[in-house]
Parts: sequence; C-alpha cells; structure tokens
Amino acid sequence: MNESEKMRRKTRWFMLGAFVVAGIAFAVIAVSGINKNLVYYWTPSDLRGAGDKAYGATIRLGGMVTPGSIKKLGGTAVEFEVHDATQRVPVKTSSVPPQMFRENIGVVVEGTMVRGGYFQSNRLMVSHNNEYKPPAKGHPVDQKELRKMIESTEGLKDD
Amino acid sequence: MLPILGRLLILGSLLAATAGAVLGFVAGRTLSLDGLKWARRFAYLYAALIVLAGLLMEAALLGHDFSVSYVAQVGSRQVPTWVTIVSLWSSLEGSILFWGVVLGIYIAIATFLTRGRYSEYQPDAIGVWLATAAFFSFLIAGPANPFQTMPNPPLDGPGPNPLLQNHALMAIHPPFLYLGYVGMTIPFGFACAALLKGRLGHALLKPLRESLMLPWIFQSIAIMLGGWWAYEVLGWGGYWAWDPVENASLLPWLTATAALHSIMVVERRGILKGWTITLVQSTFLLVILGTFMTRSGVFNSVHSFTQSAIGPTILVFLGAALLFTVALLAFRIDKLEVEGRLEGAASREAMFLVNNLLFVLLTFTVLIGTVFPLIVEAVKGKQMSVGRPYFDSMVVPVGAALLFLLGVGPALPWGRATRDQMAKALVPPLTGAALFALIGYAAGVRNAWSLITLAFGGYAAQVTIAQMFVPMLQRIKRGDSAAGAFIDGQLRRGRRRFGSYIVHGAVVVVIIAIAVSSSMRQTTELTFSKGQTHKASGFDITLTRVEEKREPHRFMTIGHFDVGRGGRHLTTLEPRMNQYQMMRDPIGSPDVYTTPVRDLYLSLANIDPVAQTATITVYESPMIVWIWIAVIIMGIGGLIALIPAGVGSA
Repeated sequence: MNESEKMRRKTRWFMLGAFVVAGIAFAVIAVSGINKNLVYYWTPSDLRGAGDKAYGATIRLGGMVTPGSIKKLGGTAVEFEVHDATQRVPVKTSSVPPQMFRENIGVVVEGTMVRGGYFQSNRLMVSHNNEYKPPAKGHPVDQKELRKMIESTEGLKDD
Repeated sequence: MLPILGRLLILGSLLAATAGAVLGFVAGRTLSLDGLKWARRFAYLYAALIVLAGLLMEAALLGHDFSVSYVAQVGSRQVPTWVTIVSLWSSLEGSILFWGVVLGIYIAIATFLTRGRYSEYQPDAIGVWLATAAFFSFLIAGPANPFQTMPNPPLDGPGPNPLLQNHALMAIHPPFLYLGYVGMTIPFGFACAALLKGRLGHALLKPLRESLMLPWIFQSIAIMLGGWWAYEVLGWGGYWAWDPVENASLLPWLTATAALHSIMVVERRGILKGWTITLVQSTFLLVILGTFMTRSGVFNSVHSFTQSAIGPTILVFLGAALLFTVALLAFRIDKLEVEGRLEGAASREAMFLVNNLLFVLLTFTVLIGTVFPLIVEAVKGKQMSVGRPYFDSMVVPVGAALLFLLGVGPALPWGRATRDQMAKALVPPLTGAALFALIGYAAGVRNAWSLITLAFGGYAAQVTIAQMFVPMLQRIKRGDSAAGAFIDGQLRRGRRRFGSYIVHGAVVVVIIAIAVSSSMRQTTELTFSKGQTHKASGFDITLTRVEEKREPHRFMTIGHFDVGRGGRHLTTLEPRMNQYQMMRDPIGSPDVYTTPVRDLYLSLANIDPVAQTATITVYESPMIVWIWIAVIIMGIGGLIALIPAGVGSA
C-alpha cells in the first residue's frame, strides 16, 4: 500500500466519522423537534386520564356536542361542552362555528387545556366523514366510532 | 361480460410482465440476444394489455355499466361527463389500475427508445421494469380488483368523492402525479442494471439522466397542482399543510432533484457513482412508500388498513424492493470504479456535494415527521400527528441554505479555483442580494427569514442570469450576430445549460413567493348582512345577496360579494356551500381574486339564505400566483434541458 492510498483511506474514515456525527446530531434535533410539536388525538376520557399532561399540549379533542350547552359569547366566540361515554369537557373557541355546527353532532376542536378548567380552542371542525353516524338518542357514545371521527376529520389546518 | 374481459386482460398483463421479467434477467446473465428480443416483445405485450384494460374501464364508466364493481362504487349518472372520465383515478382500485396503465406506457416507450442500444444494460433494466409491472398487475388482479362482477348491479351509483368533483384541477393533478411517480421506475431499472453489471459507464448516464428528468418535470408540476387544488378547494387559505399525502409526493421529488445534480458530477468528474445510483433507487423506494401511505388508508388508521389486503401487499413489495436494493448495493457498489477525485472545498463539485447532503437531510426531516405517528401508533396504539411547526422549523433553514447554494454553486468554477477567481465570481452578485432585500424591505417585508430568503434569492438571481447567457456572450465576443449567438449558444449547443438555468431562475421565484406569501398573510373574520360593506386588507367587501341554486348532483348556497378598492369596483367573488346528494354535510368552496401582487381569498364559514347573512374568513396573501407560474416555468426549463442537444442543430 503506497502513501497516497493510505491517505485516501484515512480521509475516507475521517469522512465516514464526520457523517456519523452529523447524522446523530441531526437525529437528535429532529426527534426533539417532533416531541415538541406532537398533536395528540384524544377523546374527553383520554384528556381527563392524562391529568396535567393536557395543560399546554396541543390536542385534537373529539366528542359530541352536549345538548343545551351551546352559548354564544361576544363576537364570533362560542362556548359549549363536548362529551363521550363517560366524560365531559367545557370548550371555549374563538373561531367561527361552521355551517352545520349544532347540538349532538360530532366535533373536533384543536387547542389545549387551560388553568381556568376549560379547553381553549382556535379551530372547530365538524366531521365530514360520511361513514360516521352519531349515536341514536339515548344510546351511549361509541368510543371506537369517536376515535375514527377524530382521525378522519379533514381540514383542521394551521395558519 | 365486461368484468370478465377486464379480468382476462389483467391476468394476461400479469403473465406477460412475469415472463418478460424472467427473460430479461436471464438474458442479462446469458447475454442471449434472442432472450432480450423476447423480453422486449413481452414488454410491449404487457403495455398493450394493461392499456386496453384501462380503456375498457373508461368505456364501462362512460357507459354506466354498473355490473363492474368499480363503476358501481364511483360511477353516477348525475355527474358531468368530465367527472365520469376522471373517475378512473378518483378511488383506490381505479387509481392502481391507472398506475399500471401509466407504467405500461412508460415501459413501452423506454423499451422502444433504448432498443438496439445499451445492450449491456437493457435486459436487466427490462427485467426490473417488468418485475414492478408484474407486482402491480398482481395487485390489480387480486387485492385491488376493479373488475369484479356485481351480482345485482345497482341502477345508479354515488359518484366520486365530492371534494374531487369540486374543481377541474382534480382532472389534471393526478395524471401529472402518476406520470411523475410511475416514471421513476424507469431510472430505477437503469440504476439496478448498472449495479447488476457492476459498471456505470458514460453511455448509461444519458438515459439515466433523461429518464429521471422527464418524471421529475411531471412531479414538479404535480406537486404544484396539488397545492393549487388545496388552495382553490379546501378553503383554509393555504396550499401546503405537511399532510402525509402531500409529503408523499414531495419525498421522491427531493431525492430525484438531488440525483439530477449528482449525475452532473459523475459526468464531469467520474465520482459519486454509487451515491447517484443510491439516490435514484431511493427515489423509487420513496415512490412505493408514498403509494403505500396514500393508497392503503394507513393514515386514517393503522388498524383499519389491515382490513384490506392492498396495504399489506404494497408493504411486502416495498420490503422486497428495499431488500433487493440494499443487497445489490452491498454486493456491487465496490465494483463501480471511481475515475476522478474531489478537487477542493471551494469548487463547484464540492457545492454539488453539499447540495446533495442538504437534499438528503430535507428528505429525512420530512420522512421522519411523516412516518413517526405511524410508528408510535403501531407500537403504542396511541394516535397523534406531528404538528406543522416541526416541519416549518426544520425545513425553512435547510431551504434557505439550498437557495444560498443555488447562488454560490454555479458561480464557482469546476475544479480548483484561485483566490482571485473566487473573488471575481462571488463578490459581484452581492449587488443582487442587496437589491432584492431592499425592495422587499421597502414593500413591507419584516420577517427575518423572508429577508434572508430575498437576499439569497437576489444573489442567486444575478448569478443565474449571468451564467445563463455565458454561451451567447462568448459567441458575440467572437463576432457572431446577436440572433445567431442566441440560437446557437442558448437553443442549440447550450440548450441543456440554458434550460437548467431557467429552472434555477424559476426556483428562486418559487422560494421567494412562498416565503413572502406565508410570512405576510393577513386573516380577517367578518359577518355580513345583505348590503353591508366591511373593509379588509384595504379592500371594500360588500355582500350583495345570498342565492340558492340547484344542479343535478348538488345544491348550492352562494354568497355574492362585490370587491372594490378606493371606490372602484374590481370583481365579484362567489364563495359557496355545496350540498352533495350523497353527503350528510355541506362542503364549502372558496373564491379567489388573483392579481400579480396579491390574492384576495374569501371562504364561507356560515351562510343563511333566509336571513341573507354570511360569515366569511378573508385571507390576503401577496405573490401567491407566482408560485404556480414559476413552477410551470420550471417545467418548461426542464423540457428545454431535456431535448437532446443534437435535435434542431442539423
């Protein structure tokens, strides 16, 4: 093996090392970036079960609008309650409710729990999923169906 | 009758593709010319059968033959004819058939154009193409069969997804996307053939580059059309949300772009051969991954995707293709002889290397963010998604760095440069950088990243224009007439260079338009009663009336808005709510007033025909239209670069 061949090998190993270091650094940055920006898909039960984790985390909360809970606040803001089979969560939203927003309909709100004890949302979406049927009157909410709705609701996009 | 004929055609295409693939690989080992001849014949046969199957499906759709399962699923007598035609790719089974059709056309053309040439590589390339074709025919014949017989044909069907009927862009976005996606199979075949032969000779670079360039052009335009469609239809005022479906179209584009650059380094310097082949192969694997992500429903739920066999089948193919590629690379990459070496850190080829690393970094960033929720759900059963800030915060700096390279790279000479040469090349474009940044600042841009983008963009623009016309100026210096110099220097011999710099110039415009439009967007929510006027972003918007209108397949509630500025009437915008027959809830359609400077975008949140009131969200974003225009110019530049230098110079 001559000198230039040796040099070449050395450079090769050096470059490989640099790649590995850069790759690890990138992976660390990416994973921490992902962890900071996760959006959780939760039902009211998940949210109550998560305890303190719900404060400040970005959450896509899906549930049924509780009858009699819709209150118009000033401007475009609305206050209402969403529920699933076991839990209910009060929601305040600043966005204009869409055309078909009403009682007993499945909705998905994006936002976070605040210390005032309610869910502050900046986006309110009504499910566009044709397959999803809200439960008949008097029947409990099907958690599985609810999950499907949260996942399939399109159009909840950030600005 | 028709479903049976369809199934026969698909089975025939499966047999032809399988036989051709086996013959191709055998001929690649035995170097049998007869074997190659027959492999080519099977390639044409496959293409003919699958294209016929596609035409048969179109005939069934147009004839409303509801005994065909796919027609029963997406057909409808109520929808306009153009919707019926594009229904071929509006749903799962049909779109996979369309995949096969496009692949058939690509394979036939590629086989025809390479006949009698590249005899060293052609058998294996045909083998790889037809193996891919065989897989898709298997998918169409089994798990995703659109030609099933309906025992009790319905009298009418539901029609395709209303969101797809809502805009004519849906007629052209998917074909472009498939022409991009599927076309990446061809360079993949060449790359695998090179590895199987252990040789990437100069002769193979041309077909490799050209077969990558063409789908790249389609893919670029398809990504733009997808964004444009989202902008015109979805009503949230934006065009890109880092949705898994969007990311799936972007990922192979990123690696293909990197490969198009690294091929130039192979041509000039004889280095980066294995790297280039790896990029081309990754592009194909990302295409299959993207097909899996968008066609299996895995993003709706990891658990529901197993209910259909399509997702798992594509996943198995992806695994097999990955294994094949990795094994091929591991065993053969050392055979690719390196002919040159990297000259210095400040040379053009070094900039190409950095460009490639940044593109790969971008690919990983987007890939991780897209796949992460899938992995978490599969492992832990918890559902989540990765929010937009992750993508923005990771992609914006890398994008800015790429724009910087787009200026610096072409300014630097190949090989070693002296200090003097470097100063001469790198200092003058600072004028362009300062100019663009100042214009932006004067126009009200304050966002730091946008100002950086403008400065880098100005630098790149000046370098691009200077480099673009180098051949022409050389000829004028020699004493040619300006017209002659333009024709010879730009359109004949320098055509590839000219086209590439047109692409670069257009990319500068796209990136600046994206940065400025997204950082300077204004959003206002307004509620109107009839006759009321509100001011938003300098426009006067008046609700003149709320109208209800019935069409055969939908019922619309339309808000008529007069838009003016400074007392002058500009346009009337008509955002609407559409109630489709088969949908429980209405879907909104926004309306946009586009000017070269800014877009005014109205989206209905709420509309009441009885009270004659409406609530809208008003988005005002500058420069949006330049994104669409510049991407089309990118495509044109790509075509100019693609036409071989020999054509037209005789």
